[in-house]
Amino acid sequence: MPLTTTTTAPPFVTVLVRGLLAGLVAGLLAGVFAYVVGEPHVEAAIAIEEAAAAHAEPAAGGHDHEDALVGRNGQRGGLFLATGLFGAAMGGLLATAYVLLARRRRDHDDGRSGLPLAGAALLGAVVVPFLKYPANPPAVGDPATINQRTVTYLLMVALGLVAVWAGSLGYRAVGSEAPSGLRAAAAVGGFLLVAVVSYVVMPSFQEVPADFPATLLWDFRLASLGTQVVLWTGIGLLFAALMQHGHRRATGAAPTG
Amino acid sequence: MSSSTSSQPLVSPAGTARLLWMVLATVAALALLAYLVAFDQGAVSRSGMFLHELMHDGRHLLGVPCH
Repeated sequence: MPLTTTTTAPPFVTVLVRGLLAGLVAGLLAGVFAYVVGEPHVEAAIAIEEAAAAHAEPAAGGHDHEDALVGRNGQRGGLFLATGLFGAAMGGLLATAYVLLARRRRDHDDGRSGLPLAGAALLGAVVVPFLKYPANPPAVGDPATINQRTVTYLLMVALGLVAVWAGSLGYRAVGSEAPSGLRAAAAVGGFLLVAVVSYVVMPSFQEVPADFPATLLWDFRLASLGTQVVLWTGIGLLFAALMQHGHRRATGAAPTG
Repeated sequence: MSSSTSSQPLVSPAGTARLLWMVLATVAALALLAYLVAFDQGAVSRSGMFLHELMHDGRHLLGVPCH
């Protein structure tokens, strides 16, 4: 069996399609999780938002939800469209990163490295930004600062990815002859250095209304984090599975249809 | 049992340039898609707030700033 063939890397477009497919399916799964676990909290938050709006100024047309372009049923369905499309985009980006990294290694694995790559993306692009700028339900957040919050959020995503990269730099800086504990410590140290500095330097936004229920906020944020965990776990597992399936077919090792 | 016929060498100048353009185009297209889903407020899509409203719950539960 030609297990050590030099180069049978599948073309970029093939890997990309696998990433898009994995992302679409993982996004729909994340949508199911968000619908079941998160939607009740969104509903509760919107009820609070509308009660507050009705109490304050009945005629003002702020960011209201009932007489909007899209009704609540449309928004609940749009949830799956959003997570599916967002998942496909993230899966495609993961596949692109996979191809670039595999090229730099100048070897070809059977796709298993897609899983740690998805884990790195989850840590850098989701968990780090989440700790600084946690997800907010409707009724939380000042519309006047949306542009600042969007820019700082995207910056935090970039800084989180830099932190993961710094961790991998630390891991490689300590030679492979060093004990594995030391390499792990260097990786964690590199990651924490960038993550903590980013966390301290980036501006904070305290926009939770004083009377917003703390339990609802916590439950919503947990559901939001869970949605992203489902998304990236799904992308990693499905992408690795598709790559391994293609690898087995290309090498003719296991003719499983 | 021969190996796959369409194997191409990993490093060739022409292949590298072509791959680079494909990667750039892909990243740009996917970034636009992610932007439309997660951040657009009508300025890029020219759809007013329609996309924002449609993707509203997804934005909140994916954890991006919504409003």
